[in-house]
Amino acid sequence: MYTQGLDALGDESLLLPEEELAELEARFQAKIDADEKIEPKDWMPAAYRLTLIRQISQHAHSEIVGMLPEGNWISRAPTLKRKCILIAKVQDEGGHGAYLYSAAETLGISREQMVEQLLSGQAKYSSIFNYPTPSWADIGTIGWLVDGAAIMNQIPLCRCSYGPYARAMVRICKEESFHQRQGFELMMQLCKGSSDQKRMAQEALNRWWWPSLMMFGPSDANSRHTEQSMRWKIKRFTNDELRQKFVDATVPQAEFLGLTLPDDALSWNEQTEHYDFGSIDWDEFQRVLAGQGPCNQERIAARISAHENGAWVREAAMVHAAKQAQRAARE
Amino acid sequence: MSDDQQNWPLFEVFIRGRAGLEHKHVGSLHAADGQMALEHARDLYTRRMEGVSLWVVRSKDITASDPDDADALFEPAKDKIYRHPTFYEIPDEVKNL
Ligand SMILES: [Fe+2]
Ligand SMILES: [Fe+2]
Repeated sequence: MYTQGLDALGDESLLLPEEELAELEARFQAKIDADEKIEPKDWMPAAYRLTLIRQISQHAHSEIVGMLPEGNWISRAPTLKRKCILIAKVQDEGGHGAYLYSAAETLGISREQMVEQLLSGQAKYSSIFNYPTPSWADIGTIGWLVDGAAIMNQIPLCRCSYGPYARAMVRICKEESFHQRQGFELMMQLCKGSSDQKRMAQEALNRWWWPSLMMFGPSDANSRHTEQSMRWKIKRFTNDELRQKFVDATVPQAEFLGLTLPDDALSWNEQTEHYDFGSIDWDEFQRVLAGQGPCNQERIAARISAHENGAWVREAAMVHAAKQAQRAARE
Repeated sequence: MSDDQQNWPLFEVFIRGRAGLEHKHVGSLHAADGQMALEHARDLYTRRMEGVSLWVVRSKDITASDPDDADALFEPAKDKIYRHPTFYEIPDEVKNL
């Protein structure tokens, strides 16, 4: 059921005697250990609820803000076919945001609260969407790398212990594959094109490679939440494990395109059977997260203006619905 | 306007995958009324031919059982194994049973 009220956020657990709480927590963990799912009205530790609210709402915000860098190119897509594809992809991302907001709402936070947290800058979203898209090749690169990295992150979430989140992720993952493939295909076309087109593709790859690796979050040594999230089966792999998988999958794809990944330290390691890669500029990551990326202000300003300019529509729809209901009651 | 009247209420969405199947819960969305909920459900949940029919219902109109009552509600069925065909031993030579 999806109708939990806001009062669920008030932590009743604090009122329970310590022994009873310990017993509830033990039973909760046993359920998780047995791979059972947790559903909205089930008892859950307050920290589990808050961790999920934070993670799912951040994820939802990322989908919504993620529409902006690509939406920027809808009117300038080079062909009608590419325009149709891009509109469909951006619409999917909006849908992903909506599925995820709904999943977070089952935990007792309202849609309005989440929107408010995004617009006030209190909530975070993926750092990647604070980078600009100056050329058409950026659209291909986003599909190939950014959606590719998102898929790596999201597939294990389909088995997350929280039912509504896991179900939303199944739906999302089904749609993501098209996003990545259209991006790669776009890159293929550019790479087979004129030398100018190929240069455009290479420049876009240079811009997006490192920020894409940052999408997996801080390295394991600096990741505060990883251990607890893994015990709760919200997370199944660490940030570094997923990042490595992504690098291993992407290097041959870049080779196929005839593009060079902008990392001198990148090389195949016979022993580990993985690619070694250079160190990530974590200062840049922290700066972008803290709001000082190239487009942070522009992105939030765009969301605020969309929200404000849509206010009259939301209000008018409610007035219209009330009037229709009144009329129906009279008949 | 109170906050409650200002914000679009929550609806649950059910889809019939194809003729012959039952409607199945797929998620929820916000809309001003049922008609708009249907339109949103079409855009949100059926972009890839996921269904042929939609139901939407106000979330607050659903009465749900409490997980704490699950034992009381569903446990009693467990000791009524005589409700299952496997409870009855019939010799192999008897056919069509
Ligand atoms: Fe997405
Ligand atoms: Fe995507």
